Parts: sequence; structure tokens; C-alpha cells
Amino acid sequence: MTARGYLLYAGMALLVVLTGMFQGWNLALTILNMGLISAIMSLGVNLQWGFAGLFNVGVMGFVALGGLAAVLVSQPPVAEGWNAGGLRLLGALALGAAVLVAAVQIWKRKIGGRMRTLVMLALLIGGFFLFRAALDPAVEAIEAINPSLSGYLGGLGLPIIVAWPVGGLLAAGAAWIIGKAALGLRSDYLAIATLGIAEIVIAVLKNEDWLSRGVKNVVGLPRPVPYEVDLQRDAGFVERAANYGLDPVTASTLWVKILYAGLFTVVLVIILWLAQRALASPWGRMMRAIRDNEVAASAMGKNVTARHLQVFILGSAVCGIAGAMMTTLDGQLTPGSYQPLRFTFLVWVMVIVGGSGNNYGAVLGGFLIWWLWVMVEPLGLWTMDLITSGMAADSWLRGHLTDSAAQMRLMTMGVILLAVLRFSPKGLMPER
Amino acid sequence: MTDLLNAIVALSNFVLVPGAAYGAQLALGALGVTLIYGILRFSNFAHGDTMAFGTMATILVTWGLQSIGISFGFLPTALIALPIGIAITGLLLLGTDRVIYRFYRKQKAAPVVLVIVSIGVMFVMNGLVRFIIGVGDINFADGARFVINAREFKEMTGLDEGLAIRSTTLITLVTAAIAVALLFWFLNRTRTGKSMRAFSDNEDLALLSGINPERVVAVTWLIVAALATTAGVLYGLDKSFKAFTYFQLLLPIFAAAIVGGLGNPLGAIAGGFVIAFSEVLVTYAWKKVLEYLLPENLEPSSLVQLLSTDYKFAVSFAILIIVLLFKPTGLFKGQSV
Repeated sequence: MTARGYLLYAGMALLVVLTGMFQGWNLALTILNMGLISAIMSLGVNLQWGFAGLFNVGVMGFVALGGLAAVLVSQPPVAEGWNAGGLRLLGALALGAAVLVAAVQIWKRKIGGRMRTLVMLALLIGGFFLFRAALDPAVEAIEAINPSLSGYLGGLGLPIIVAWPVGGLLAAGAAWIIGKAALGLRSDYLAIATLGIAEIVIAVLKNEDWLSRGVKNVVGLPRPVPYEVDLQRDAGFVERAANYGLDPVTASTLWVKILYAGLFTVVLVIILWLAQRALASPWGRMMRAIRDNEVAASAMGKNVTARHLQVFILGSAVCGIAGAMMTTLDGQLTPGSYQPLRFTFLVWVMVIVGGSGNNYGAVLGGFLIWWLWVMVEPLGLWTMDLITSGMAADSWLRGHLTDSAAQMRLMTMGVILLAVLRFSPKGLMPER
Repeated sequence: MTDLLNAIVALSNFVLVPGAAYGAQLALGALGVTLIYGILRFSNFAHGDTMAFGTMATILVTWGLQSIGISFGFLPTALIALPIGIAITGLLLLGTDRVIYRFYRKQKAAPVVLVIVSIGVMFVMNGLVRFIIGVGDINFADGARFVINAREFKEMTGLDEGLAIRSTTLITLVTAAIAVALLFWFLNRTRTGKSMRAFSDNEDLALLSGINPERVVAVTWLIVAALATTAGVLYGLDKSFKAFTYFQLLLPIFAAAIVGGLGNPLGAIAGGFVIAFSEVLVTYAWKKVLEYLLPENLEPSSLVQLLSTDYKFAVSFAILIIVLLFKPTGLFKGQSV
């Protein structure tokens, strides 16, 4: 890292510390935790965009798949649900997958044109109805069991930390499918395809109640860290808190957040280290060569599409890991809260502002933009108060401006993105 | 025979009529995307929010007109407000181009850079719309609600099924037809339109023959403003206005433009209807129609809905993928790099 980099990081740390001093350490730690997660998402996008020039606007979908993994791994299995139709459901899913695989195999055969298309279509249409016939009764049976509390299959009942790598795997699987279809085509097409897959993932999470309860949400996920109430009952903890002059309630909330921050930092450091190693390795050089000139790289015998697929899967997996961590931090999966502006395009702002192609820059961008995202609201309100202070208290405009201050976020992010692109297109920490 | 008629009426009522209206709205949106792609050569992610902005401008003018007591009889007041809304949106787009896009055009930036820039513009426009009009649901359709409602239709024909044609549906189709006719007249018959097509086909050759690129770009933005605002207002009249739904329209609109062949206006229209009808057909519960058509013992017990309505994105997406895999330039030959 350059001197400028250290300076920027020190400035970022100062921002968090100032937040802690003026607005409370609880908020500062909340920002830090989400900042760590944002930094990981931003690293994932940087792998794809900064290393390889792939334009992925489906980050939200991969993040949500990570969240799904958290539920599927950590929730206890619902035995009644499995008895009601779990195996049938798995069978139906396997049938659906088999139909798809068979269709792809038929398509790959080099035999006659029209016959092949007809057979494939017949297989797909027949397969779809068979699949629905097998799936629907199972889904109905599972969702009928105690719908207000469970009505789904539950998970594996494993520690939630296991979900982090699993989230990465789920996201990688989705990335493989989407990459197979859309990579090798133009960059705009990949963008639209990823935009679509993200919406579909969210639609599945919202609708398939047997999977993760849909919009009824899964709440109360187990934690990798102790609960505040338990800490407050622990005499030793209360005593240590008292030594620092803190009351048990404040101390326990802070301590839980610090523990999360520790866990997240470990993950961030591992991924950052790997990403740095990759960037410096022959593989990283090859990726940059492909990014800078695809034609030349392929003339040198590099398989451009295969490398693109590889880095697309890796970057998406990182986003999936971050998604699982975020759901762990929230303690719940709420499909309704996934918005593309927040989870896809904001991450893009992070990467561009931080410096695409530079891992440290992407991490810095993650922290900085997240801090701004949280801070713009109070700052916007404060600005509006300042602007409207001269107006009459009951003026229509004053009321409207103060009410709309909450909407300042998106505009600010847009202005920042446009300003960086215009005046410092390489970002705060340019690629060397 | 009556059964067949009933089936046709039910199908028209729930599939054909709404599908046609939705298709026309998508087609207008996709025309805007495809024009920008053809002339400026990038995918404009801000298009959904341009539509939202235009609709918002039109709504504000509509409210202004309503407050001074102007209305359009049985037609919605928004139609009078539409030209003013288009003018405001046109000014915004020309301003955006002057302040933001022109810089990158002069630099000959890569298309993907322009796409990222358009994401920034999308944020700003989205924020602007939310800031000015808020995030709530706004219904601004006034005038007559139905051309024919279901009860009148049943009394008129004596069938069991009613066919309701909402006035917004008819307005959508008529307005869209006028807009498309004007656009094609402009592109094919006027000097400026011809220079636009020349610019789209071969930029260097167009420049050599003395076409002023800045003028072509400015005219393009104005046409896009007109198309986007019209599409947005029609969609808003048909459903209701909500800033966020316009952002979500981006996916079907892009799908329509790509399916038709990016850069090809005719393709955009076809693509719009393909996407709209597939969405409606796949998410429609066929039970009613099948009950009329099939003999009693074969009648389905379930709703016969292929996918629940929330999966309509999946439909546009699936069509998009199929077209990309088998015909990457789209149904009509579009540009492909």
C-alpha cells in the first residue's frame, strides 16, 4: 500500500472513531460491522470488474443466496415437514434437474436440426408438467404444517458459521449457471442477465415458502456469539464491565458487536490476502491481460471465456459469503428487504469510488460508502434544517423538504459516483 | 358454441386485452432503450427512472391543471399534461447529456463506462423523483373508467363471461400507435431522421457526409424523452405511479429491446409484445378457459397456472436467455459487437 493509502485508511478509522465519540459507540460498531461485510462484497465485485472487466449487476442475488444458506444450514430441521413430503420434494427437484440436463444433452448432439428442437421442446414441456405434478402436492403438504411458525423444511441444524462457506458455494453454483449462458456474449448482455437472475433469486425466496418461509421471514437464527441476556446474567462479565465503568446492558451490546467485528475481520483478512495473492500471481497477470486486450490474450492461447467463467464464479462466491455473514449479523432472513439499489448498485459505487482493480481500494470504498450511506440521513436532515431555518414554521415547502430529507441518500450516492467517474475515474486508490 | 365464445371472451378479458396494453407500454419503453443504443451506443440503465421522472412531471402538471379546473372530459387530464411533461423531461435529458454524457463522448469512452455513468444518473434521477413526489402510490387517472364494463357486455351479448375494456387500455393502444407512427415517419421521411439512421448504421461515414453528431444526439434525447414519458404515463394511468415499480420495469424493457434486436426500432416493438404476452400467458390461471373448452370429465381441478405472478420476471428472463443462446442478434437483426 502507498503512503496515500495509509493516509486514507487512517482517515476512515478517524471517521468511525468520531462517529463513536459524537453519536455513540453502539452506532460506530454497527457501522463498522456492516462496513466489514460491505468491504467483502466490494472485494467480490472487484474480482470480477477490477481483475477481469466483467459487468455483474446481480450482486443482490448472490448476497441473497448467501442469506438462504444461513437459514438452510443453521435452522433445526422440521421433522413433520420432512415426513409430510420432504423426500417427495427432493425427488421432484431431482426430476426437474434431470429434465434440464437431458434437454442440454439433446441439444449438444450434432444430429439433425428440426427433429432435435422438437424433441427438446417436447421433453421440456412434458418435463415441466411432470415436475409440477410431483412438486405441488409435496409443497402443499409441507406448507400446511403449522404455517404461522414453521411451514417449511427447516435446515440442517449446524453452527451458523458453517453457512458462510456454504453461502459461497450456493452463489458459486448460481454463477456457474448464469456464466455458462451469458459469458462470451457482449458485456451488456451479461449485465442484463445478472440483473435478471438477481430478481429471480429474490422472487424464489419470496414465493417458495417450503424453502425459507417466503415473506413470512425466518427470524431468530442462531448466533456464533453469546446473547446479550446471557452476558448480563454472567457475574464475571458484569464485574469486568464495572471495571471499565460500564453498565451491564451497554457493555453486553458492545461486546457482542465487538465479537462480530472480530469474526468478520478474520474473514475479510483471509479473503483480502487471497485476493492480493491472486492479483500478484501469474493468474492475476493473465486476468489483467485478458481485461486489457481480449483479442491479444486469446491470440496468446488464453481461453478467455473459461477464465471469465472462473473469475465470475469466484467473485460471486465472495458475495455469497458476505451475504451469509450479513444474514448472520441480522439474525433473520427477510426477502422483502433485498433491493437492487442497496445491494447491487451501492456495492458498485463502493468499488468505483474505492478504486477498481485495487483490493485495498475496494475495501476502503466498502467502509467509506457504507459510512456515508448511514450518515447521509442525519446529515441531510441537518442540511434541510439549515436551509429551511429562514422559512416560516408552517410553510408547505419547509414541511416537504424536511420530510423528503430521508430520500437524499440515493441522490448523494449518484452524485458521488458521477463525480468520481468524472474527476478521478481510477478511484481513491488507483490500480498500480 | 356458446362455450367457445365464452372461452374466447374470458381469454380476451384476462389475457389479450391487458397483454396488448402492457405490450404497448413495454414497446414504447424498449424503443427508447434501442434508440439510445443505436445512436449513443450504450445500454441506458437510467431509462426506467427517466420514465418515472417524465411521469412525475406529467402528474405535477396534471395536478396543476386540475387545480385550475381544467379537465379533458371523459379522457384523463394527464393526456393534456403529457406534452408539457415531455418538454420538461426533454430539458432534463438534454441537461444530463450536456453535463455528464458529452464529456465521455468526447473522450470516446468504452461503452461499459457509459453504462456505469448511466447507473450514476439512475441514482440521481431516482433520488430526484423520490425527493419531489415521494415514494407512495399515486393514482392520477381521471375521466371515464371503462369503455365497456363487464356487466354491460354481458347484457349486450347474453354470454356468461364479461369483457371489460378499461378506457386506459384503449388510450394506451391508441396513443402508442400514434407515437410509433410518428416515430417511423420521422425516422424514414425527414432529413433529421434519415441522418439519425445513417449515424446509427455507420458513424464514420455519417460524419464524413457532414452530419452534425451533436445535433443527432440532441434530437435522439428529445425523442427518447417523448417515448419514455409517454410509456411511463400510460403505464401509470393503467396501473398507478410508484417510483420503485418503474425501476423494476427496466428488466422487461431491456429484455424486449434485446429480444427484438438492440438498435432495431421495429424489433423493439415486436419484443415488447413478445415479452408482455409471454408474461401474461404463463402467469394466467387457465382453469376458466379450459372449463369452457374441455368436456366435463376432463376439467382441471387446479388453477392451471404455470407460474405464480411473482415469477413474471423469470419469464422475461427465460425468453431473454433463449434468444441470447440461439439468436444473439435478436429476432430482427440488431447490432451486435
